[in-house]
This record gives sequence, C-alpha cells and structure tokens, in this order.
Amino acid sequence: MLFMYALTGVGLFFIGLYTLIIHVNLLRKILALNIMGCGVFLVLISLAMRSGYSSPDPVPHAMVITGIVVTVSATALALVLMLKVLEMTGKAELYDEEEV
Amino acid sequence: MMQFVITLPWAILLILFPLTGAIISFLWPTQSNKVGLVTVSFVLISVTFLAFSIIEHGVYHHAIGGWGSPLGIDLYADGLSLLMLLMTALVGLGVSVYATGYFSAEQSPRFWPLWLFVIAALNALFLSADIFNYYVTLELIGLAAVSLTAFGKSREAYSAAMRYLLATLLGSLLYLLGVVLLYHGFGSVDIATLSERCESTPILWAALTLISAGLLLKTALFPLHFWLPSAHASAPAPVSAILSALIVKSSFYIFLRLWLTIFGPLSEGAVENMFGLLGAIAVLWGSFQALRQTRLKLLIAYSTVAQIGYLFLAFSLAMSGAVVAWNAVVYLAFTHALAKSAMFLVSGNILYFGGHDRIMNLDRIAQHLPITTTAFALAGVSIIGLPPSGGFIGKWFLLEAALVQEQWGFVAILLIGSLLTAAYIFKVVSHAFTQSSLPHDSRPIPAHMEWAALLLAFAAILLGFFSSSILSVVGIGYPFELNGVKP
Amino acid sequence: MNWDTLIPFFVIMSSFLPALMIFALAEERRGLRITLNLIGVFVTLALVVFMFIGVYQGHHYETRLSLLPDLDMVLRAGPLALLFAALSSVLWLLTTVYAIGYLEGSPHRSRFFGFFSLCITATIGVSFSGNLITFLIFYEMLTLVAYPLIVHRGTEEARLAGQTYLLYTIFGGTLLLLGTVWLYTLTGTLEFTPRGFIDDVGEEHYFALVSIFILLIAGFGVKAALVPLHGWLPRAMIAPAPVSALLHAVAVVKAGAFGIVRVIYEVFGVEKAALLGLTQPLAVLAAITIIYGSVMALFQDDLKRRLAYSTVSQVSYIILGVAIVGPIATIGGVVHLVHQGVMKITLFFCAGNLAETLGIHKISEMNGVGRRMPLTMTAFTIGALGMIGIPPIAGFVSKWYLGLGALEADQEWVILILIGSSLLNAGYFLPILYRAWFLPTPDKWPDEHDLGPNETSLMLLIPPLITALLALGFGLLAASPYSPLEWVKLISRREFY
Repeated sequence: MLFMYALTGVGLFFIGLYTLIIHVNLLRKILALNIMGCGVFLVLISLAMRSGYSSPDPVPHAMVITGIVVTVSATALALVLMLKVLEMTGKAELYDEEEV
Repeated sequence: MMQFVITLPWAILLILFPLTGAIISFLWPTQSNKVGLVTVSFVLISVTFLAFSIIEHGVYHHAIGGWGSPLGIDLYADGLSLLMLLMTALVGLGVSVYATGYFSAEQSPRFWPLWLFVIAALNALFLSADIFNYYVTLELIGLAAVSLTAFGKSREAYSAAMRYLLATLLGSLLYLLGVVLLYHGFGSVDIATLSERCESTPILWAALTLISAGLLLKTALFPLHFWLPSAHASAPAPVSAILSALIVKSSFYIFLRLWLTIFGPLSEGAVENMFGLLGAIAVLWGSFQALRQTRLKLLIAYSTVAQIGYLFLAFSLAMSGAVVAWNAVVYLAFTHALAKSAMFLVSGNILYFGGHDRIMNLDRIAQHLPITTTAFALAGVSIIGLPPSGGFIGKWFLLEAALVQEQWGFVAILLIGSLLTAAYIFKVVSHAFTQSSLPHDSRPIPAHMEWAALLLAFAAILLGFFSSSILSVVGIGYPFELNGVKP
Repeated sequence: MNWDTLIPFFVIMSSFLPALMIFALAEERRGLRITLNLIGVFVTLALVVFMFIGVYQGHHYETRLSLLPDLDMVLRAGPLALLFAALSSVLWLLTTVYAIGYLEGSPHRSRFFGFFSLCITATIGVSFSGNLITFLIFYEMLTLVAYPLIVHRGTEEARLAGQTYLLYTIFGGTLLLLGTVWLYTLTGTLEFTPRGFIDDVGEEHYFALVSIFILLIAGFGVKAALVPLHGWLPRAMIAPAPVSALLHAVAVVKAGAFGIVRVIYEVFGVEKAALLGLTQPLAVLAAITIIYGSVMALFQDDLKRRLAYSTVSQVSYIILGVAIVGPIATIGGVVHLVHQGVMKITLFFCAGNLAETLGIHKISEMNGVGRRMPLTMTAFTIGALGMIGIPPIAGFVSKWYLGLGALEADQEWVILILIGSSLLNAGYFLPILYRAWFLPTPDKWPDEHDLGPNETSLMLLIPPLITALLALGFGLLAASPYSPLEWVKLISRREFY
C-alpha cells in the first residue's frame, strides 16, 4: 500500500520535471519545482515505514522537514526574481539574449 | 602552546566565524566592509591551523553536539577537504579585498551577509561526512549564490539569476531523490557506512543516475551547462569570480567523493568513460565558444565551461586506472579557482576603468593598467597550461595519465584544447597592446583592486613550484584510495 | 653553504630581478633604467665568466628544484651551456647599448626594456637547462616574453604579426609538451646525458621513439625556422630593430636550434638517432630550408625581410651539421651557432642604423649609402662576406668544417648544398654591397634624421663595429686556444669519444 504512495511521489516528480522543461511561463516552472519537491517528500515519507519495525523511521521525517524549509525559502526567492524579471521585461519568461 | 592551539576545534570555527560575520555585517551595515575582511582573514587563519592539525594528527573527525552519526551530523576533514577549504579561503580573501573597492556604499551591506553566508556554507560542505548534509549545504550555497548573481540589477542579470535558480533547484531535487533512494536501499546517509553497505542493485543504479545528473547540472558539464555563461557573465565581477572559482567546484567535490567511496568500486567503467567523453566535448565546445565571444566576461565564462571539461576528463582517466590523474584533478581544480577568479576580477577592473568590456576596444590597456594586464596574462598562462604554472603541472599529469593509458583521443583533445585556449587568451592580450579606434573615458582604479587580481594570478603560478608538498598534504587520509589502491 | 649549487640560480636572477625593477619604473626615469639594465648585463657576464673559469678548474655548478614528484628543474653549467650563455650575454650587452640609442624618445621604454631583460632570463635559462623539462619551461617562457616586444608598436599590423608568431610558437610548444611527456612515460627521466638516455627503451617502442623525435624536432623547429615552420619569422620583422637583432638573430631562433642540438646529442644520442633512421630525413629537411631561405631572400626588396630569410637559411646550417653524423660536422654546425649569431646581429644592427638615420627600409633605397655611412656599411660588408663564406671571416670556418664533416660522413651531396647556398648568398648580398658602394647617392634620403656629428649616433654605431670585429676575429683567430672553435671541438669530443 505504502508503495503506491511512493510511486505517486515518483510520478509527481516526473510530471513536475516535464512541466519545468516544457513550459515557458516562470510561474509554472516554479510551481513545477514545488510539485517535484512534494513528490520527493512523498517518496521519503512513504518509504519511512520499514517492515519488521513497529514505528516509522524518524530520520526521513527529519529530512522532509528540512526539505520543506528549503523549498519554502527557495520558492520565495524564485517568486521575487520572477517579479523582477516581469518588471524588467514585461513578460514572466526567461529573457534570451541572442548571441551577438 | 602551539599544541594547544592546534587542538582547538578549527573545523567548527570555520563554519561559525563566517556565519557570525554574516549576521554582524547585516546588523551593522556601515561597517560591513571591515567586518567582512576581518571574517575572511579569520577563515584563512582557521584553515591554516586546521592544516597544521591534520598534518600532525591525521584525519579530523568531530561529532557535532556529541551525537555521532547516523542521527547526528559529523564533520570530517582529510587532505582533499583541506585542499578545498584552502582554495575557498584564498580565493575568498582575494575576492573580499577586491569587493571592498568594487561595491558602492549602498551595495556593500547587501553583498557581505550573502557572501559570508556562502563561505560558511562552502566550508560546511567541504567538512560534511553524510550525503544529506551535502544536500542542505548545496541548497544554502545555491540560494545565496543566486541572490548574489541578481546584484547586477539589469534585465540580463535577473534573467540569468532566474535561470540559474531553476537549474540549481532542479539539480538539488534530482540529487535529493537519489539520496532518498540510497537511504531506502541501504539504511544510512553516512558516507563511510554507505561505502561498506552498497551493492550493485537497481536502486543503487537509479540513485547513481539521479545523483550524477543533479551534480552534473550543478557543475555545468556539457550538455548541462546552459545556465552558466549568462549567470557568470552578468553577475558583478567579484560574484562571477566566486561562482566560477568556488561554487561549481563544490558540486564537483561531492561528485568526486561519492564516486570514490560509493559508486566507483561498483561500477564497471562505462559510465566513467561517458563522463570523460562529455568532458572532452566540453573542452572543445567551451573553448570554441570562448573564441567566438566579443565580450570579455562571456569569454571567461565559456572558458569555465571548458575547464570543467578538463576536470571530468581527468576523473575518467583516473577511474580507469591512471592514478596520476588524481594529481591532475587536484591541481586543475585548485589552479583554475585561483586563475579564473583573477580573470574575472580583471574583467571587473576593465569594466570599472573603461565602462565596457568589448575585447576589440581594449585600447592599450597594457599601458594604462599594467598590473591588471599582467594579472590577466599570468592567469591566462595557468589556464592555457604553459610553464611555469600550476596549470602546467595539472596538464602535465593529465597528459601523462592519457599517454600511459594510450588514450590517443584524449591526448588529441588535450592538445587541441590547449591551442584553442591559447587562441582566446591571446586574443584578449593582443588587443590589450593594440590601439583601438574607439576612445573612451577612463576612471582610475583603486590600487587594491588591481593587486587583488595580480596576487591571485600570481598564486596560480606559484602553485607550479610546490607540487610535492601540496600533493603530500592532499594525500592525508587517502581520499583517492579506490579498491585498495592508493595513489 | 655550497655556492656551487647557487651560481646558476644567480645567473638567472641577474637578468630577472632588473627586469622586475625596470617594470616598476616610470617612463621618465631614463638614467635609473639604463643603470639597472647595465648592472644586470655586467653581473650576468661576470657570472658566466666566473663559471667558465670554474668549469675549467673542475667545479660542478648545478641547481636543483623539485618540480614534480619525480622530476626536478635542473640548471647545470656544461660546456655547451656556457657557450650559448656566453654568446647571449655578450650580445645582450651590445644590443642593450644599441637599443638605448635606437629607442631614444620612443614611448613605453620601461615596458620594452623589462621584457627585453626577461628574454635574456629565458635565454640564459634555456642555455643552462639540465633536463628536457627545464628546457621546455624556459623555452615557453621565451615565447611569452618575446611577444610584447613584437607587438611593441601597438599598431594593428604589429598585432597581426604577433598573432602569426603565437600561432606558430604555441603550436610548436604543444608538440614539444606532448613529446616530452611521452618520452617521460617511456624513460622515467629527462636529464640531458651525453650520448642520450633512451638506451633502456625497448625495441617495441620504435614507433613511439620516432614519433617523439618528430614531435621534439618539430616543436623546436618552429623557432629554428625549419621549413615549413618558418612562416612567422619574416612577419616578425615588424618589431623594432633591436628586437629583430637580438631575438631573431640570436635568442629565439638560436634557442630552437639549440634545442635540436640538445635533442640529438643529449636526449637521443646522435649515433642512436642515426640508427633509428632519423638523422637523414632531418639533414634533407635542413638542406631544403637552406636552399629555400636563400631563394626567397633573392626576391625581397625590404632589407630586414631579406635578412630574415637569410636567417631561415643560415640556422639550418647548424641543424645540417648536427644531422650529418660525424664529429667534424658537429663542430661545423655548433660553431655556426656562435658565428652566425655574431654576423647576423651585425647585419641587423646596420639595417637598423639605415632605418633610423636615413629612413631606408628597402634595398632599392640604398644607392651609394656607403659614402654617407661608411663605418656602418663596412660592418655590413664584413657580415655579408662572412655569410657568403669568404675567408677569413667566421662564416668561412663554419662552412669549411661542415664541408669536411660531410666528406668524413660520406655525405658528399652536402657539399653541393654548401656551394649552392654560398652562391645564392652571394646572389643576394653582393648586389646590396654593389649598390651601397658603387652607385651614386640620391639627392634626398627617404627620412633623414640628424643623429650627431658622426654618421649616426655613437650608440648605434659602436655595437655593429664590435660585432663585425668579433666576426672577423673568430675567423682569423680560429686556431687560437680561446676561440669559439676550440671550445666547440671540446664539446664534440665529449659526444663522440
């Protein structure tokens, strides 16, 4: 059963990866990264229950908490940068300077 | 007295000093320059004492808070970590001295907290002993580096910073997923434990792929280098130096460690050869692109892409048995850090002086800024690999390894790479001697900005004379022992 | 304190330290710059003479510095080293005086003299190198520090000439590096040893040895202007005359030839090289270069270019002498290192005088200049006649020994080459002499400057006169115990017996 959660997590990871690469809009890219992060955390937590033990392994839980903190800060930074890009170029997309 | 001083926990201080310095410089904006310089000096002193400690007593182990792994975080320093720490401290000092002159009074208070934070995170990374701590420090470095890149405040800078952020986060997530799989498969995140427990199972291979992909993206190995040129070129000069010299090396360090201890003993050799091939392409592609550039900072950024290729070439040769190639890896990484940071500082000087960095219009910079031009020339000598420099020593080891293994393809790549590198370096130097048709206004440069660049470049040259000592220190703790074979 | 191990290091420092100090001087500090330069020159000369005497008395001067875990940087004073170092130091003295006069009033002199001194440092380093890696290091250093001198004028033309120079020399350097590292992986050592050090390399590495030889010779051949690697030399004539004189007549070009001499005698060993079938193709290539250079010289109207092609041709005499396996040919080739240096520098000094005083750059502008500048043209005549091989000037001695050596080694075809090239030399030198002495002077010189009561400034006049006298002396007094010829005979003995 838990294995399904883990698979979902991996699925989320790859959906996020696809979106990150294909979509041009920055907000979508940032959301994609968040989804990928959630996927990884889901895998971590679902694999934390080890067979033969009575309680889950706490170490992955600690890792997830750390990961969430990092993701929150990273998302905040990414959103601010996106706003700056929007302000400078008028579009929430990566500005591609042609090779001069 | 000396014995007592050596036994102080320098490794902890290496992380604490810069963190404290970052906070103090944030809280005390008017004195941020001074706080920054003092902190970086302390870092260099701490690294020196840590070096004495390791030379005297061997590998350094410390369990933070007394907890010990697997639940606690361990600090571990052997010869390789020491080399990386020293590299960070030296480049850090040079860049810091430079930055006191480069940034204006309103920029400095925002630069120093971020930069000192990067130093703290780098030191923590080089002292880590478990793969999850690597993830944490990688993220810390990444976020701070992106913020520093965005200092440029131009359209290109923000866009480059955004691209860099997305790439670095992607890399971290790939790495994290790999860590997750390794933990699930083998029950530990501690490197030493993992190296004992790992076996060649599908989970290991999946983890290997993910971790390598993530780290390769962060180290900008071809073809995952797309984010680097714009980021390194549009950042302010001291930041570019930090990015090219230190931050790309941090993910490379993790890559080295994991392959040496966990993946290497289990791998047949095909994957390492692939890295070598990518490295070879990176050398050619990066050098060729550098030659095409009309702006100095982009040229230097593409040069970084090429030099990273050399690192992976050396890695691949070393993993297939030529142990002398580890010397090449060490030397190439260290001298590149010094020489490349000098080059970016030079580009900053040229921008400061003339307001632009177009190579064709350098207009006798050799006469107006002789110290800066000498710095570039010396750094260039090391990057090309001409004697007598650290770069030459690195190239010598690399050639020796390739010839011993009879890898004629790599030999050819090395030679063509040198020629291309010489071409783009001398393109810049030649324009520095030539009169240009476009005059421009000039601003005098503070002396310490020129001297910081020169001293870093000179250090790169100086490394060429101390190979025996450096290599013997790096060998402490046998970081490059693979399958029982010590180089 | 064992001084013997430090003397070679001091010799290097005696030109390196003045260079650094000169860089730091402001343009206007002319007096101090000249003083520093001359101190450096004289200390270098003194130390070289000191080592000469010391080696005679049996001292062993060697400096070692650990470079790589199993490889040292070695500076060693042997007879061949001292010969080359002595030549370089004496000519450095004369060229410094000449350059001071030539560049009077020009910009960027501190930069010029600084790099000039560094070139000498590199050349001295090349002379005293005791193994191939030390040689490589100083050789590449020479490439780098000669570059700013070539592009000194700062024009686009100079930049392009510098680019050509670098293209050739860096390429050569890369080949050298490959050959050196490869050789190291086969032999484990790179120390220069009389009769070579490749004895222990087994038969199965034949292909590798041949390739290494080709790489090393090609790498050195670029600077030595061996066809087809000579293309940079005529272009580099854009540099100021003192640069052309010292570097292209003496330092850079000779370093290449010196490298080939070292490779054949003290890396491979001349008899082993012959066994491997390597020396004959090299001799043929040298012969081709000799003829090609002379033929190209015939068609040049620009004086310095004609001299450049003459250099291309003449340096290959050295290579030819070395490639014909035999003690007498060796003497001819190696002594030509000295003789050609002295004669060619005379010619370049004179060319510089003509350009500076009268604005003459082309041979067609030289009508009757012998009457206007008799001393300069006398020196030129001596140099030119020496190049053709007319006794008793030094060039004759070298050609004589080359011819004898060819006979001794059963390579009679070389005599044809010698005769042919001497005729060609006459073909492009005699017309110049005819023009200068026997044609009427034009009404106006292209760009005349007043450089003093004598025909030109004394600092421009005296150096060529001294070098012309040396050329004459080395030939007339070749049999005396202190001539270069005697010294070279000693060197040849060590290699063959």
